[in-house]
Amino acid sequence: MTTTTRPQSTGSAGDGPQAQRSMRGRSLPRAAAPAVLAGSAIAASGALLAVGSFHLVSAGLITAVLYALVIGIASAAVENPRKAKDRLVTAVVYICFGAAMLPLLSLLTTVVLEGLKRLDGYFLTVSMNGVTPSMDAGGVYHAIVGTIAITGLAALISIPIGIFTAIYLVEYGRGRLAKAITFFVDVMTGIPSIVAGLFVVALWMMLFGPGQTNGAAGAISLSVLMIPVVVRSSEEMLRLVPQELREASYALGVPKWLTIVKVVLPTAVAGLTTGIMLALARVIGETAPLVLTAGSSAVAINWNLFNGQMMSLPVFIYSQVRMGGAVNMERAWAAALTLIAIVMLLFLAARLISRLFAPKLGR
Amino acid sequence: MTTTDPSATAPPQIRGKRRVGDVVFANTARGSGILILAILAGVAAFLIIQSSDALSANTANFFTTESWEANTRENPAFGVAALAFGTVLAAAIALVIATPIAIGIALFIVYYAPRRIAAVLGYLVDLLAAIPSVVYGLWGIGYLVFELQGFYDGLTTYLGWIPLFAGPVSTTGRTMLSAGIVLAVMILPIITAMSRDVFKQVPQGHREAALAMGATRWEMIRMAVLPFGRPGVIGGAMLGLGRALGETMAVAMILSPSLVISPFLLQSGNQTIAAHIALQYPEATGYGVSALIAAGLVLFAITLVVNMGARFVVARRKEFS
Repeated sequence: MTTTTRPQSTGSAGDGPQAQRSMRGRSLPRAAAPAVLAGSAIAASGALLAVGSFHLVSAGLITAVLYALVIGIASAAVENPRKAKDRLVTAVVYICFGAAMLPLLSLLTTVVLEGLKRLDGYFLTVSMNGVTPSMDAGGVYHAIVGTIAITGLAALISIPIGIFTAIYLVEYGRGRLAKAITFFVDVMTGIPSIVAGLFVVALWMMLFGPGQTNGAAGAISLSVLMIPVVVRSSEEMLRLVPQELREASYALGVPKWLTIVKVVLPTAVAGLTTGIMLALARVIGETAPLVLTAGSSAVAINWNLFNGQMMSLPVFIYSQVRMGGAVNMERAWAAALTLIAIVMLLFLAARLISRLFAPKLGR
Repeated sequence: MTTTDPSATAPPQIRGKRRVGDVVFANTARGSGILILAILAGVAAFLIIQSSDALSANTANFFTTESWEANTRENPAFGVAALAFGTVLAAAIALVIATPIAIGIALFIVYYAPRRIAAVLGYLVDLLAAIPSVVYGLWGIGYLVFELQGFYDGLTTYLGWIPLFAGPVSTTGRTMLSAGIVLAVMILPIITAMSRDVFKQVPQGHREAALAMGATRWEMIRMAVLPFGRPGVIGGAMLGLGRALGETMAVAMILSPSLVISPFLLQSGNQTIAAHIALQYPEATGYGVSALIAAGLVLFAITLVVNMGARFVVARRKEFS
C-alpha cells in the first residue's frame, strides 16, 4: 500500500501494470490537483473582482481554502475518506507555510519600498543635530555611530566571557557547576530584553545615582543578552572538534591550555565567528534596553561611551515613530531599511564564513 | 601488579608538573562561567533592591491594583493587575495563532517539502527571527494595522456575538489583536525550530512501520510523528510564550494602551508590562523608576518560570529518546 502514496508524493512518472492498478483502487488523475488549484484561483479572484475589493492576500487565502475544500470533497467522492483526509492535510500544511511567508514578504517589501523614499547619501551622513522633528532634513549618522560604538563594546565584553565559558563547559566542566552553568545559560537566553535594561538601570542607580544614561550602560545591558547566545553557539562548535586532535596534541606533550589555544580554537574558528556574528545580528536590533540605558533623545554625534546619551538605529526608529508625523515615519522606514541591511549583511557574512572556512572533518 | 605499579605512580608525576599557564587558563574559564551565574543572580538582586523602595512606599496593593500613580514622592499607588492581565492576554493570542501554524510549517519542511529545497525553506523561516523587533513594530503600526481594518470589520460583523470580538472596532487598528498577531509572527520561528528538530528525530523505524501498515502520509504523521514530537512542540511553544511575554517594542508601538482589564480584542485598551515600562520610563519621576523596576521584577519572575518549565520539558524528552 505504500505504493499508493508514492506517485503523489515523489511525482515520479510511470504507470504500473494493469494488476497493480486495480489493487490501488480508484484514484484522482494526476492533473487533478493543479487543475483544482488553478480553478480555485480563477474563482477566487473572479469573485473578489465582482465584489470590487480585489487584494492579492485575500485572493490567495480564498484560493487556498477553496482548493482544500474542493480537493477534499473530490477525493472523498472518487477515492476514499482516508485519502481525502490525507489530501486535505497536505493542503493545510502547504497553507501553513504560505502563511509564514506572507508576513516575511510583506514586511521586507514594505520596508524596502518605503525606506528607499528617503534612504540616500545625505540621510546616511548627517545627524539630527539642530533638526526639528517635522523639518524635512536630518539623517541617521549619529545613530549609526551609536550602534557601532554600543554593539562594539557589548561584543568586547561578551565574546571573551562567552568563549571562555564555552571552553570551560567543553574542556573542563564536570559535575555540578557545569550543569548549573548550562541550565542557567539556557534560562538567561529567555530574559526579556527590557529586564536586561532595568538591571543596568538599577545597577547604575546604585553606582552613579539616578538618571545617568550613557552608551556604556547600553553596552552592558546588551551583553547580558549577548553572552548566553555566544556561549550556546561556541559550545556547540567546540564540541564538534574531534577528540583525536586533542589526544594527538596531548601525546606530543603539549599542555592542555596550549592544546586549546593552538589546536581546538583554530579548528573551530569558523564556527565561532559564525556564532558571534549571529549573536551580533541579534543584539544590534535590540531597542528596549537601549531606550532605558542609553537614552532616546540624543540628536548629535557622540563617540564617547561614558558621557551623555547615545542614539542608536533601533532607538532612532522607535523615537521617530513616537513623534508620529509624516516626515518622522519616512525617517523611521529609511532607518529600518538601513538596520535590516546591516542585519542581513551580518547574517550572510556568517553563512559565508561557515561555508568557506568550515574545517574539513572526517573525509 | 608489576605493570599497574608504574601506571599508578605515573599520574601524580604528571599532575606534579602543573604549569602556570594551565592553572591560569583553567581558572579564567571557570571564572567566566561563575561570572555568568553572578550576572544572573545580580539581575535578580539589583531588581529586588531597587524596587523595594517603591514597594514599601506603595499605598495600594501591588498585585490587585489596576492604576499606576507612581510618579510622585507622596503616597504612590500602583499595581500590576491590569499589566499582568494584558501581558498574559497578548502572549496567549500569539501562542494560539502561532502554535498550529508552526507545527504545520515544521511538518512541511520535514515531511512535505521537496528534499532539495527544504533547507532553503527552513532558512527563510529562520529569517523571520533575524528581523529586529522594532522593525516588526514599525511594520505593524505603519502597514499592518491598516490592512487588518477590513478583516476586523468582518470579524465583528459575523463573530461579534463572541464577547472577545465585540464592536465597535477601533478606527486606528491599534488593538490587542493587532499586537497579538505581530507577536505571533515573531514567535513563529522559535516554535518551528524546536518542532522541526524533534520531528527530524522521529525514529525511521516508527515511520516506516506505519507506512508498511498501509497508512497514508497523514496517518503516519498522526500515529508516529506527533506522539513522539509532542514534548518538543510543547517545549518550543513554552519558549515562544516566554519570548512573547517579554516582547517590548512591537507592543509598545502598536497598542494604544489603557490600564484597564478589558476582554475586547478589537478595541483599544490593555497594556503589557514590558511595553508599559518602555513607555513610562522616560517620564518617570518620584517613585516612578523604582515602581517600574518592581513591574520588571514581576515580568522577570513570570518569564523565568515559563522558561525553566520549557527547558525542563525539553530536557526530559532528551533523556529518554
